[in-house]
This record gives sequence, C-alpha cells and structure tokens, in this order.
Amino acid sequence: MPSLGADMEAGTLVEWKIKPGDRVKRGDIVAEVETEKSEIDVEIFATGIVHELLVQPGDKVPVGTVLATIREDHEEPAAVTPAPARLRISPLAKKLAAELGVDATRIRGTGPEGAITREDVEKAAPAPKIQPAPRPDFQAGMRRAVAAAMSRSNREIPHYYLETHIDMQLSLDWLARENLNRPVKDRLLPAALLLRAVVHALHVVPELNGYWIDDHLEIKPSVNIGFAIALRQGGLITPAILDANEKSLDQLMHSLSDLISRARQGGLRSSELSEGTITVSNLGDLGVEAVYGVIYPPQVALVGFGRVQERPWASAGMLGVRPVLAATLAGDHRATDGRQGAQFLEALDRFLQEPEKL
Amino acid sequence: MTEQDLRRHILDIIHRVAPEADLSALGPEQDLRETLDIDSFDFLTIVIAINDKLQVNIPESDYRQVSTLAGIMQYLSHLTAASKGK
Repeated sequence: MPSLGADMEAGTLVEWKIKPGDRVKRGDIVAEVETEKSEIDVEIFATGIVHELLVQPGDKVPVGTVLATIREDHEEPAAVTPAPARLRISPLAKKLAAELGVDATRIRGTGPEGAITREDVEKAAPAPKIQPAPRPDFQAGMRRAVAAAMSRSNREIPHYYLETHIDMQLSLDWLARENLNRPVKDRLLPAALLLRAVVHALHVVPELNGYWIDDHLEIKPSVNIGFAIALRQGGLITPAILDANEKSLDQLMHSLSDLISRARQGGLRSSELSEGTITVSNLGDLGVEAVYGVIYPPQVALVGFGRVQERPWASAGMLGVRPVLAATLAGDHRATDGRQGAQFLEALDRFLQEPEKL
Repeated sequence: MTEQDLRRHILDIIHRVAPEADLSALGPEQDLRETLDIDSFDFLTIVIAINDKLQVNIPESDYRQVSTLAGIMQYLSHLTAASKGK
C-alpha cells in the first residue's frame, strides 16, 4: 500500500486492474485504492509479470503492506510492490453507490464525458430509497486526514513566513492580449502564469524544492508542484503537476486543467499524490487577500497566492491604481532561511514583470 | 432556438461543470461563481462549453456581462438576434 501523502496511514483496495500473469510496466495503473481523501489510481514502479495478488478488494491495510508480487521477465518470483477502461464516476458518487448497494458499472452516466454523478446513482438505487448519509463520514475522514498532516507539520516544521505584493498589470495585460488571439479552449488562466513563474523562481532558489528527511535537505531536480484543489464535497486535495519544470506555459495550463478535472471526478494517480516537491495554494478565487500556508511534510515550502485586487500603487514618484497580488512563502527554517525565501519572492516578482518570457 | 431551449442548454452546461450544485436555488440575478461556489477554472469550462454547444465566443472582456444566469441569457439572446438581423 503506497503512501499517498504524509497524512495517510492506511488504504482500502477498491479494485485490481491486473491479474496474475499480466505483463506490467513502470507507470501502469494496477489498482484503485480508497483513502480518506479520495480514490486513487495506483501506479506500479517496476516492470515485469504479475505473480500474485496478496490483498483482496475491500481489504483495508496499513501503508507499507505488500499488495502484490511481480517477477521480472524470464526470472523466478518475487519482486515486490503494488487497466482496462476505467469507470468514470466521481468519488462521492462511487461512495454513495457502495452505500446504496448499486452496481456502478450498470449505470449510464449523464455527467461530463459520461461520468456517473450522484444523481445517476440515486436514480439507480432500489425503490425504497435509503437516505444517503455519506457526507458526514467523508467530511470526517477528510478532516482526520488533514488534521494528521497539518498537526505533524506544525509539530515538526519551524515555519517562517514572508509576504510581498506584486504588481500584476503587465502580466494581466499580456494574458488578455494572448487570450484574445486564442481559441476559447486554449485560453490561459492567471494560475498557469503563476505556476510558470514559480518554476522559474525555483531555478533561482532550488533549496525550496525538495524534502527534509533524516535531518537534511534533499533538493529535487524535478519540480513537482502540488496544487491545492477544492473538492466539491468539501476539503482540499493537493495533487502534483509532475515535472512542471519541463512544461511550457501551454502545457502547464493543460496539466492544470487535467489535474483539476480528475481531482473532482476521480482518476488521480498515486504518483501525483506522493511526489509533490513544493505546494502552491491559490485561494484568490475564494476572495482571500493572502495565504499563510502550512507546509506539507516532507516538503520544505508552500507558496500562497491571494486574490488580485486593485490597490493604490506608488512607482517612480507617481501614485496610481494597479492590480496587486499578495504572494506569500511559508518556508521550513531547517531547510532555508529568510534570505533565500526573500530571493525567491523577489525572483517571482521579477518574472511576473516579464510575462512574455514565461 | 427559443428562450426556454437556451435556458435549458445553459443550465445543462452549468450542471455538467458543477454537478453538485443545486440549480433550482439559483436566482437569475445571482452571481454564478458565488452562489454555486465555482472557481475560475469552472467558469472557463462553462465558457468553453458554451462555445462548443452554441458556437458563441465570449471574450474575456465580456465576462462581467455573463456572471449571472440572466446575464448569460441576455448576452446570448442579443448575439442570436444580431446574427438573425444580418
């Protein structure tokens, strides 16, 4: 059972996507696992042939439990580790289907791309309709998971906080011009530009991208940005855009759209929940001015963005009104100090003043 | 397309983007994003769906005009009327 975040202690195997004798390669989805936050597609990190499945669907097992054994081609047993067309169903609908005893594979979905929605499940439920009560359980599970991670973070990580205000005029003007010439489906959101600026700023201060493990900082070469996404049933989940440092602005926008859709409809991959190297929390849509985040261990930094709002702005002796963004950094003082944090925010600001280069 | 058809299409699009939202509680003048708790990504998804379904390109500069159900209806009705008049 892979650890899909610092807050995860156990998971329930929902479904195997493989059977003994199947050939699998690194990155294949081999199982679906339910955690307290969501249902996740588990990827395999080895290549070989499935030897034995050791855990049955429905079993809840602790993190670290061997789910299956695989063997390499032409070899005798038994390396360790943990798909046909996947059912498109939201986590909430799936949970409801299980509670109501409805076979979700027999439901015709009416959601996006045929996804099964809560309403579809309720309609398919047997006549004397059981009053569904999944929300309190789900919420309780979500709160427990968040509580575990954040308590650990506050217990272990000596946070420091820095904040800067960034004039977004040039960035927003550039985005407006850019989007004017694009088909609707290719429009860019400001969030994509911010992520790209974060990637560039991490090139300047790579110490913020990594893990604090065994009393030392491991700087990671790949930038996997965990992006906090609000779930419709409540709570937040922070799947990562993997290898964000290798993606163009358009690719980042595409990855962001894909990640948000899958976080809300189901279909996140295990690596997206376990390999984030830094987190970005963009709560501007919720109207907050600034975000003072709690670092997700073992990461060492969290970048927060509030909403862009018009403010009086003095520049070169002139007073004007500008769209201003409050950008914050929560840093792990064991890994970096305020000087590096300040360099990061300064670089972030600088890159957002030259959006055409992002 | 009748006004009723247009409204049905719009509500269908919103429902697909925010399936958990209670659309029966959405008043015509209520702000979509605040009332239905949808974010900028959801809003862009709605704009893309309108473009796909109704072949109407809503530029970003007009987003404020389509922030409510009534606003979207009015915006799209105007465009439909204008195209008929040509």
